[in-house]
Amino acid sequence: MTDKHTPKTTTKACSRRSFLKTAGKALPAVPLLSMQTEAGFLERFFQKNFKELSTREKDQIVKRLEQEYEKEYGKKFTVGAEPALKGVQFAYALDLSRCIGCRKCVYGCVTENNLSIDPQIHWIRVLEMDEEEGVNLHNATPYYNHKKVPAEGKAYMPVQCQHCRNAPCTKVCPVQATWLDDDGIVVIDYDWCIGCRYCIAACPYGARHFNWAKPKPKREGINTNTHYLGNRPRMKGVVEKCTFCVQRTRKGKYPACVEACPVGARKFGNLLDPESEVSYILKHKRVFILKEELNTQPKFYYFYG
Amino acid sequence: MYFIEFIKGSVKQVTTGNKYYWAWVVFLCLLIVIGTIAYINQMVSGLLVTSMRDQVPWGMYIGNFTFLVGVAAAAVVLVIPAYIYNWGPIKEIVIFGELLAISAIIMCIGFVVVDVGHPERVWHMLPLLGTMNFPSSLLCWDVVVLNMYFLLNFSIATYLLYKAFMREDYNHKLVTPLVLFSIPMAVSIHTVTAFLYNGLAARPFWNASILAPRFLASAFCSGPAIMIILFQVLRKTTKFKIKDEAIWKVAELMAYAMGFNLFLLIAEVFKEFYSDTHHLVHTKFMLFGYHGHHNIVMFTWFAIFASVAAFIIFVIPSTRKNFLTLNVGCILIYFGVYIEKGVGLIIPGLTPDVLGEIYEYTPSNTEIFVSMGIFSLGFLIFTLMMKVAVPITRGEFHSSRVSVSQE
Amino acid sequence: MYFFRPDQISYKMILKHRNIFSSFWGARIFIVVSILISSLLLTSFSADTDEPSSDKLGVQVPPPPFSEDIFPCSDCHDEEQPTNPNRRELEEEHEDLVLKHDEENRWCLDCHSPIDRDSLRLANGTHIGFEVSYKLCGQCHGPKLRDWKAGVHGKRTGSWNGAKQYLLCAHCHNPHQPAFKPITPLPAPFRPSEIRLNK
Repeated sequence: MTDKHTPKTTTKACSRRSFLKTAGKALPAVPLLSMQTEAGFLERFFQKNFKELSTREKDQIVKRLEQEYEKEYGKKFTVGAEPALKGVQFAYALDLSRCIGCRKCVYGCVTENNLSIDPQIHWIRVLEMDEEEGVNLHNATPYYNHKKVPAEGKAYMPVQCQHCRNAPCTKVCPVQATWLDDDGIVVIDYDWCIGCRYCIAACPYGARHFNWAKPKPKREGINTNTHYLGNRPRMKGVVEKCTFCVQRTRKGKYPACVEACPVGARKFGNLLDPESEVSYILKHKRVFILKEELNTQPKFYYFYG
Repeated sequence: MYFIEFIKGSVKQVTTGNKYYWAWVVFLCLLIVIGTIAYINQMVSGLLVTSMRDQVPWGMYIGNFTFLVGVAAAAVVLVIPAYIYNWGPIKEIVIFGELLAISAIIMCIGFVVVDVGHPERVWHMLPLLGTMNFPSSLLCWDVVVLNMYFLLNFSIATYLLYKAFMREDYNHKLVTPLVLFSIPMAVSIHTVTAFLYNGLAARPFWNASILAPRFLASAFCSGPAIMIILFQVLRKTTKFKIKDEAIWKVAELMAYAMGFNLFLLIAEVFKEFYSDTHHLVHTKFMLFGYHGHHNIVMFTWFAIFASVAAFIIFVIPSTRKNFLTLNVGCILIYFGVYIEKGVGLIIPGLTPDVLGEIYEYTPSNTEIFVSMGIFSLGFLIFTLMMKVAVPITRGEFHSSRVSVSQE
Repeated sequence: MYFFRPDQISYKMILKHRNIFSSFWGARIFIVVSILISSLLLTSFSADTDEPSSDKLGVQVPPPPFSEDIFPCSDCHDEEQPTNPNRRELEEEHEDLVLKHDEENRWCLDCHSPIDRDSLRLANGTHIGFEVSYKLCGQCHGPKLRDWKAGVHGKRTGSWNGAKQYLLCAHCHNPHQPAFKPITPLPAPFRPSEIRLNK
C-alpha cells in the first residue's frame, strides 16, 4: 500500500479516448487498458467495502483521494471519513404550506454536493401540483417554468432521499454498497457500487441517480470540503443521492438545502433530541410521510406549518 | 488421454463445414464485432449512449436478460416428458435443450455485464471475497441460481456427450438425479428472476404475485418455440433425425402453457381495471398509452395478438401438425413473448416513474448493436456446440478407442 | 444542549447604519462590542473547543431590516414635531407606505409608539425595541410566535446542534404588507430526453 503513484485518471482517460478515435475502434482488448498498469491500480481494484476498512486503511484511501482530486481540480481537498454520530437520528421536516417552488434548494444542493452539471444531476426534485388536488404524484411535474413562483393555484413539493428506516434500496443492493448508517443517513460507497441500478428501480421516491457519463461538476467554486460517503467527486457508472449533506451535518451544520431555502420551509435535526425542531414538529404539527403504505418508514416528514 | 482427443476432435468439428456453415459463422462474428465496438464506445462514454435514464433505469439489456432466463428455463419442458414419462422420441433431443439453456445463460450473463456501470467490480458480489448481500438481495439469489443452473446443464451435457463420444453408456444413477434436479432449478431461475421485479413495492406493475407464474408460463412457450424451429433446421442441415411426434408433443405442451399464460394475463388485467387504483396507470400506459405517450401500445397489441393467434394454432391439432402453421405459430410466440418480457415488462413497470413522470424509452443504436452482438455470441456458441453434439449423438464423431459395447 | 429563550437573543449590531451612535444605542453598542471582542479573545485562546463559547448562549438575530436612513425615528419625530394621534391618510411623509395588514382595524400608532418614537408599542402599552418586534407580532400571531421560538416557523441557519441564526418576522414579512411576493424560480431541470452526450 503506497500513495506514491497517484494515477492520472483524467489525462490517461483522455489520451485513451483520443487514441480510440484515431486508431480505430475495433480492438476488443481496449477495455483492458482501463485497468491501468500503475502501482495504484491493484490496491484500488481490491479496495474493500468502506464498512470493512480499518481506520488506517481509511486514512490511506482518503489521502490518495485527496491527492487525486487536487491533481484533477487544482485545489486542496479534504475528504472526511467521519463515522456516524452517536445518539443521533437525523430527520428532516418540510413545510409544504411554506414552499414556493423556487428551486433554491435544488441549486444549493448542486453547489454543496458537487453535482454534475453535464450530464445534469439533481438530488432534489421540486414537484408542482394542483393546489386543489393535494398531493397527487400522477399529476405532478418538476419541469414547470413560470416567470414567478408560486404560480396561481399551484402547490409545490420537493422530493429527495427520504432516508428510510426500512429502505428498499439497501435491501436490494447486491453488494452492500449502500446502507443505513447508525445516525440514520443512507449512504453509498461509490468505490464499491457496481452500477446495477437495482436500487434505482427499488426506490419509491426517485431519489437515486446514476452517473450515466463521467460527472462534470462546476470546476470553479467546487466544494473542496467533502466526505467519502458524501460529496466527494464521483466517477461514472455509480449511483449517488442525497446524504443529508453528511459532510456538513456530521460536523453540526445544517444541510445546504436548509440554508438555501428562502422561506424557512426546511427543518432538520436530531429525532432523539426532544428539543430539536424536528421533534417539535412531530409533536405539534400534522405530518405525513410520502407513500406511507410502502412501509419504508422515511425520516423525511412533510407538514403543514 | 481420450479427453484430449475429444477436445482436439471438437476443434476439428467446428473448423470444418460447408459454405453455409461458414457464412453463418462469419455473419455472427461480424455482428459480434459490431456489438463489441458499440460496447467499447459505451464503456468509454458511459451508459449515457443508451436511452436509459434515471426515470427508466433499466431497458433493453435487462429485458433481453429476462427473456433469455425464460429460454434457459424452458429446457425443462423437454426434460420433464423425456425423463418422467421416459418418452422415447424426446429423450434424444433433450441434449439440445440443455445446450440451448447453456447458450441462453451465457447471453444472460452477457446482458447483465453490459448493463452494469462497473462490470470489473462484479467480484464485490462474491461471498467471502466481497460483501454479497445474501439473502437480502434477489440479485444475489439470481446470480447463485443462474450459475448453478449453468453448471448443472454444462456438466450434464458435457458428460452425456463425452460418454457418447466414448461410445459408453452413461451412468443412469448419476445422470437421472441431476436431470431431475435441473427441473426445480429451471423453475427457480425464472421464479427468482420474477421475484427480482416482484419484490419491488415501488413498482406496482411488477409488485403482483402473479408475476412469477406468468414468467414460467410464457417461458414454457418461448423456449420451445425456438427449439421447434431449430429442430427443423437440424433435420434439414444435418442427417440428424428428429421425429415429428417429438415436435408435436412439444407444441402441445406449448399450447397449454400459452393458454395458461393468457389466462394469467386476463386475471391481472381484470384486477387492475376493476379495482381502478392509481396503479392502473402502468397497465393503461401499456395498453392504450397515457397522457399522449403511445409508442409502446403498438408493441403490446402485437404481442397480445401474436400470443392469441399462436395459442389457437397450437391448440388445434390440425394446425399444430401442419409445419407451415406450426412455424408461423412459433415465430408469433417468439416475438410475442419477446415483447411481453422486454418492452412489455420492463417499460410499463418503470413508466410512469415513481414520481409520476413519463419518459418514453426507446432503445438507442448502441443498445441495439450491443444486444445483437450478445445474441450473436449466444447463437455462435450454440452453433459450435451443436456442431460437436450432432455428430456425437449420431455416432459419427467418437473416440478411436474400441468401445466395450461394440466388442 | 442549548435551549432557546427569546430574552437570550444576543443582538449583534452590524456597524453599517450611520445613526448607530445615537444616545439610545450607545450603551448597547458598547456592551455588544465588548462581548464580541471578549468572545473573540476567548475562542482564540481556547481554539481546540469546537464552538465559540458565545454561541452557546443562544441564537443570533441580525439587526431589524430598516430602510436606509430611517432609524432612529426620533431624528425627525422630535420635540418640534408633535405627534398627531388621529387616524388619517399620511400625506407629507411615509405616503409610500401602504398598509395591507388588517388595515381596516389598524393604523400606524397601533404598533408604533406615539410617545417614544423609537419604540414599538404592545397592546397593553408596554414599549419594546425593534429588535424584539416578534413580541408585537406574536400578540395576534400567537401560534406562529410559538413555532418561531421553537425554530419551526421561519428560516434557521447555522448549526442543528448548536448556535443558530434566527431572523426576525420582519426580515421575511414586510410588516406593512406581510404577504410574500412571488419570486423568480431557478431553471427547471432537463428532461431525460434532453440529457445527451455532448461531444
